[in-house]
Amino acid sequence: MESIFVLTHADESGVALTRASLEAVTAGMELAARLSATLKIGIVAADPQPLSKGLPGAVLAVAGPAFAQPRFASDAAACEALCRAAEASIVLAPGSSRFARVMAAVAHRVGGVIDTHITALGGEAAVEATRWFYRQRIEAVVTRTARPWFLLLDAGTHMACAGEGANATVEIVPVNLPSLRTEVTGIRAPRQDEQTIRPDAKLLFVAGAGWTKKQPDGQMHTDEAGKLIHGFLRLSGASLGSSKSLVDQGGEGHSVLPFLTHLNQIGQTGSTPRHPKGLSTCCHGEEPHVVGWRFIGERRAISLDPNCGWTRGKADVVYIADAFQVMAKVNERLAKS
Amino acid sequence: MSNSLHIVVCAGIVPDPLQTLEPLATPTGPGLKNEMVLPAVLDPWAASALYEAAALAAKNPGSKLWLVALGPKAKLQQVMMTVAQKVAFELVPVDGPIGGFPDAHATAAALSSAIESIAGLDHTKLLLFGGWESASRGAGVTLQLIGERLGIVDQFFGVDEISLREDGSFEVLERVEGGKHQVSKCAGTPAVLGWATGNLAEPRNNPQVGMANMRTIMPALQKAQTAKLDANSLSYVSVNLPRQQRETRVEKNMTPDEIAAELVDWLGKDF
Repeated sequence: MESIFVLTHADESGVALTRASLEAVTAGMELAARLSATLKIGIVAADPQPLSKGLPGAVLAVAGPAFAQPRFASDAAACEALCRAAEASIVLAPGSSRFARVMAAVAHRVGGVIDTHITALGGEAAVEATRWFYRQRIEAVVTRTARPWFLLLDAGTHMACAGEGANATVEIVPVNLPSLRTEVTGIRAPRQDEQTIRPDAKLLFVAGAGWTKKQPDGQMHTDEAGKLIHGFLRLSGASLGSSKSLVDQGGEGHSVLPFLTHLNQIGQTGSTPRHPKGLSTCCHGEEPHVVGWRFIGERRAISLDPNCGWTRGKADVVYIADAFQVMAKVNERLAKS
Repeated sequence: MSNSLHIVVCAGIVPDPLQTLEPLATPTGPGLKNEMVLPAVLDPWAASALYEAAALAAKNPGSKLWLVALGPKAKLQQVMMTVAQKVAFELVPVDGPIGGFPDAHATAAALSSAIESIAGLDHTKLLLFGGWESASRGAGVTLQLIGERLGIVDQFFGVDEISLREDGSFEVLERVEGGKHQVSKCAGTPAVLGWATGNLAEPRNNPQVGMANMRTIMPALQKAQTAKLDANSLSYVSVNLPRQQRETRVEKNMTPDEIAAELVDWLGKDF
């Protein structure tokens, strides 16, 4: 019989579990119910007791200032100690940057195996996990008989556990920390008004290389493109994604949009974000329409190319039009509303 | 600066991103149709790691750079014809299967054995580089498992920058959620760095570097050890291309103002 252990961690504030952690708790509850398995929850945080509110099952935790920092040495030691204490056959965890940094090493330490970027858990007789290969181009369902089996869940694939009710009783698990040679000194983020990556935004706006190409008057209008895109992001609250070709132009000395970095890149060498809606502009190619849009709900595109094969079958609506003109009008309307 | 480094870059080879991929069942598990004849490239994020490693080695005299790559010898040779022209390195090839479907634990075991067999590698000076995820399996676990097997307890993933200091310590920028970077200070080597894009452009081809590299690459390929990858109980229930096909409405005759009105209406209540 399987036993389920869900590992969670505190957010940056340290006073709440991350949303992705609460999603993993939901996945654990569903899986435990389906398999009639036992369920335990683990917490990695400096002060875990207040974070246990409404958590189901027995709660194990590590505590202490060393666990306030997302750092390999301390997090791996903490998760190893928790997994040894829980003795579970299936370990679920959010695929956050904090746990993605350590969980393969933890699986190795406890003699287990790991699969990551899990988007669904299924199966009747056995646990089956769905994940994508080749950057979201091939979907596979995998299973393993080896235990413990660690599964890192992609964010946005389950509802977050409400976490309502009383605090659970938390059992503190001791950790043998190794010598800590790394110190987290801070977070570097763009100024609030310059932040263009917004994971919780309802819309992903994708800017393609066409924005910096010569326009019908034979000139490039990069400054105008920057103002239009920045204006739209400000008015709509959308998150900005970009094609690789547009970001690469910066490294090749071409005219670029000043607020664009490799962090905005989606597709083969970028992220595959999850948003309810997506609007691509001046994109041509597989990256934005196939790979980068895999987890976008409703999709629309503005393109000058009526024969662009990449949008056909991938977008719900394609407007054959000049994105400069359209986005100027969109901004006008948004500013009035 | 007087920090001589021993940098090992782990890099796989993947199908050129522009190729159409089609899965197919083989006697040894899932694979890709015509996998051996698909044009291949060095894994993009691992390539970033290689370029960053070469730049770091150039700034620190006395440093050495190895490229450890697993794949069929013929494909490795094909990819090296291009990669060898970018930066100077010593190739440590491992002859093994190609693709994203073999188990990551077995891949890590084969690669860590290859690293441990490198003559003259000083583990106290070791920086283990690679991509934070591959463009094939995309699990982001192989490099971490290699680091764990080598006993390295300082690991960083989604790295975009490393700044080495005179005293051997370094600062690392790792990607975290929300388009931010986590800044960490590490006391020094050994460490694992799984690179994201970094900040360097792809170096131009340099035929002289290519010729110098190929003098050692060809003999290394001939002597490459063969690795058989264990499945570690991993089995595939199904492997498919996504079938979802949307009914695309193509609007050719709307004015910019009409399109804007429709888009704002579509954005509607969400904003």
